[in-house]
Amino acid sequence: MIKLGVNGKEVTLDLDPETPLLWALRDELRLTGTKFGCGVAQCGACTVMLDGMPRRSCVTPIGSIDGSEVTTIEGMEGPEIEAVQAAWAALDVPQCGWCQSGQVMSATALLQLVSNPTDEDIDNAMNGNVCRCATYVRIRQAIHDAAKTLEG
Amino acid sequence: MTHVSPQLSRRGFLAGTAGFTLALTLPLGGARAQSAAASGSAPFAPNAFVRIASDDTVTVMIKHLEMGQGPYTGLATLVAEELDADWSQMRAEGAPGNDALYANLLFGAQGTGGSTAMANSYMQMRKAGAAARAMLVEAAAAEWGVPAEEITVSAGKVAHPSGKSSGFGALAATAAGMAVPEDPPVKDPKDFVLIGTDRPKLDSVAKANGTAGFTMDVYREGMLTVVVARAPKFGAKLRSVDDAAALQVKGVEMVREISSGVAVYATGTFAALKGRDALVLEWDESGAETRSSAQMLQDLSDAAKAGGAMVEEAGDAGAIDGAAEVLEAEFRFPYLAHAPMEPLDAVIETKEGKAEMWFGSQFPSFDKPTAAGVLGMKPEDVQINVLLAGGSFGRRAQGSAHLAKEVAEVAKAAGRDGVFKLVWTREDDLQGGYYRPATVHRLRAGIDAEGRIVGWENAVANQSIMAGTPMEGMMQNGLDPTSYEGSNDLPYDVGARRITWARVDSPVPVLWWRSVGHTHTAYAVEVFLDEVLEKAGKDPVQGRLDLMLPEATRQRAVLEKVAEIANWSGRRAEGKGYGVALAKSFGTYVAQILEVEDRNGFPHVTQVWCAVDCGVAVNPNVIRAQMEGGIGYALGTALFNEITLGEGGGVEQHNFDGYRMLRISEMPKVEVAILQSGEDPTGVGEPGVPPLAPALANAWRALTGQTVHQLPFSTLTA
Ligand code: FES
Ligand code: FES
Repeated sequence: MIKLGVNGKEVTLDLDPETPLLWALRDELRLTGTKFGCGVAQCGACTVMLDGMPRRSCVTPIGSIDGSEVTTIEGMEGPEIEAVQAAWAALDVPQCGWCQSGQVMSATALLQLVSNPTDEDIDNAMNGNVCRCATYVRIRQAIHDAAKTLEG
Repeated sequence: MTHVSPQLSRRGFLAGTAGFTLALTLPLGGARAQSAAASGSAPFAPNAFVRIASDDTVTVMIKHLEMGQGPYTGLATLVAEELDADWSQMRAEGAPGNDALYANLLFGAQGTGGSTAMANSYMQMRKAGAAARAMLVEAAAAEWGVPAEEITVSAGKVAHPSGKSSGFGALAATAAGMAVPEDPPVKDPKDFVLIGTDRPKLDSVAKANGTAGFTMDVYREGMLTVVVARAPKFGAKLRSVDDAAALQVKGVEMVREISSGVAVYATGTFAALKGRDALVLEWDESGAETRSSAQMLQDLSDAAKAGGAMVEEAGDAGAIDGAAEVLEAEFRFPYLAHAPMEPLDAVIETKEGKAEMWFGSQFPSFDKPTAAGVLGMKPEDVQINVLLAGGSFGRRAQGSAHLAKEVAEVAKAAGRDGVFKLVWTREDDLQGGYYRPATVHRLRAGIDAEGRIVGWENAVANQSIMAGTPMEGMMQNGLDPTSYEGSNDLPYDVGARRITWARVDSPVPVLWWRSVGHTHTAYAVEVFLDEVLEKAGKDPVQGRLDLMLPEATRQRAVLEKVAEIANWSGRRAEGKGYGVALAKSFGTYVAQILEVEDRNGFPHVTQVWCAVDCGVAVNPNVIRAQMEGGIGYALGTALFNEITLGEGGGVEQHNFDGYRMLRISEMPKVEVAILQSGEDPTGVGEPGVPPLAPALANAWRALTGQTVHQLPFSTLTA
């Protein structure tokens, strides 16, 4: 039995402790906003917050994070995610959309740490998030726009 | 994906469209009209495409798969325009698999591909919107007792000069009882309010907050997740299975043999994967492809050298041999995987002789009968719900319907009714074939003493995409145009011409990949031409303009436009190289100029300028997005991507570590200019791709002097 806090609720998982957090979230908890793209920490589609920091859920066995607090895109709150999602919609960033939960999570994590990121900060924070539709031009602009909104 | 229909004349196209809309409109409209009026709650559905609900929302049933190229927004725009709706009331929903209602008018069957969504829907969706508008006006006239001609509709409001006004929802019940107009008039383009302007895409919010529903997100009661162990080499057959250890894995419920391999059924994805890992399998490789891809490219080169079927022949066959100077080059292109971000997946539920499927079906008209055939059902007993797809780039457009077949076999092999979700992993995706065919082009050109091109030869060799699929019937005289399209019918005067195609078969399955033949033909043609122009002492832009045939007015216009926005003649920064390329694909004209730097012997692209002519620009925002995305997709591919078979025939790439995607730090700035046009709209999903790689090679040669005749660029440094 593994206990986790997920989006503010306590959950108990009766699963193989090797099970990646990604599949526990999706198959058990039906939190489908977190996506599968590679399974080997090469694409970022599965990004969640683990105790407040971005983490690739596809390579995180649930047995290794017993007692941790997980936040998925469904449970994100606060000015950063609101600014990011508003900028995403205003610029129509998504194309197919499959990578975008992960992009939004990583962008939010960046803005929580760095309120006014440079292009280089964006490269560093977002380089692990692949977008096969190559929506990168708009991702970059949307992060700058969100930072501006947060500045007020 | 491909040109699967003959070019229709404008006249034929419009006539066909109108007839089709009419056929659709009458039965459905009439039937729905009664029930809606009677119950007062059902939405007003004047035809198969438009539903108006009492809360004023207008939902457009989108007959094309939304995989990121924007048909939800684009087709809803057409309806909204003629309906005079407000954009905020518009919604979009994927239409189910139904050839009779939702055929692609250019294919004659339901399917998305060849960048045809906008082209074939343009008049059909406008008529659908216009019919709904006419019925709302009739309804208002009847309710208010005023002449219909005095009623106006604007931004979702129906109004009369007397001061009476209403939203659509309040009129829906009455409108449903009105006669469906046979051939409602559509607007003069000068009166367009929405078409040609930017407006938010309908699916952006749900895709930014994780609520958009894709196939992998479908969960149903009692569902089992299934993964399949497939052959390690193309064409290998299963010899034996030992599933004892797999069945011991907690959560694994059964293991079954199907035609593509061995299926493991489990209560969750991880258990299924663990069970698959525990299988002990033996394969018979006697019929398998065991050549390495290096050997295959050599074989393609030999085949090209030997000639092939004539695709185009004009002028004096001896022109090149008699020329003052002769240039020759061979270009080699690898297999490519599409690697859509959401790997292939499909959900099927079987119940008492019927089946229901949920997936990103790109060709429902192949998928449905294929699944029905496997299950021994009538096609009408198989329902396909078409969901959002996390990318395709051609991967889901399967003439073979192999995904529908596989998931149907999974359901059948279970031996009982149930719900099954088939999931491909990234490894399954990259190793599973259906690649862009590996290809060789051998080119020759002759230049006379004045620097004029007097002759041009191109010998292409690769596998056929259509042969052996239900699309084989579209090949003519044994020619598969998707193998060489773009190598013939050049917009340039290159003197005598000889274009051949050699078909070389292999057990490696191949498929159209975003822009199909143009993925390699544009590269071979535009890079070789650039080298020939250089030899002749010509500027790449002016040299192309000088060669342009008089009828190539749209090619000329995009080339001039891109040169203008990039400031081609004036822009020359220290340490940067500039290159240009041009391609017409799927009826759309695109020219690109690219700026590159040399970073430790490898290209880093800093900026791309792009000019596009796709006829009437229905949604400039979507067009720009597709150019940006096409540029990034093509750039990552040109720099990094090849699927290779090692000695013995096994695929050497497993995941994104070996098949590397472009990352944000590698994405150039992009500036897009859309040409003003009154021509019927053409597609934008693919045409942004072809010019990018040749523009890169041309820029790189200008900067470093190095020619690049083999892709990807990473083989330069390897
Ligand atoms: S699915 Fe986790 S990084 Fe790709
Ligand atoms: S939007 Fe398609 S992968 Fe990013």
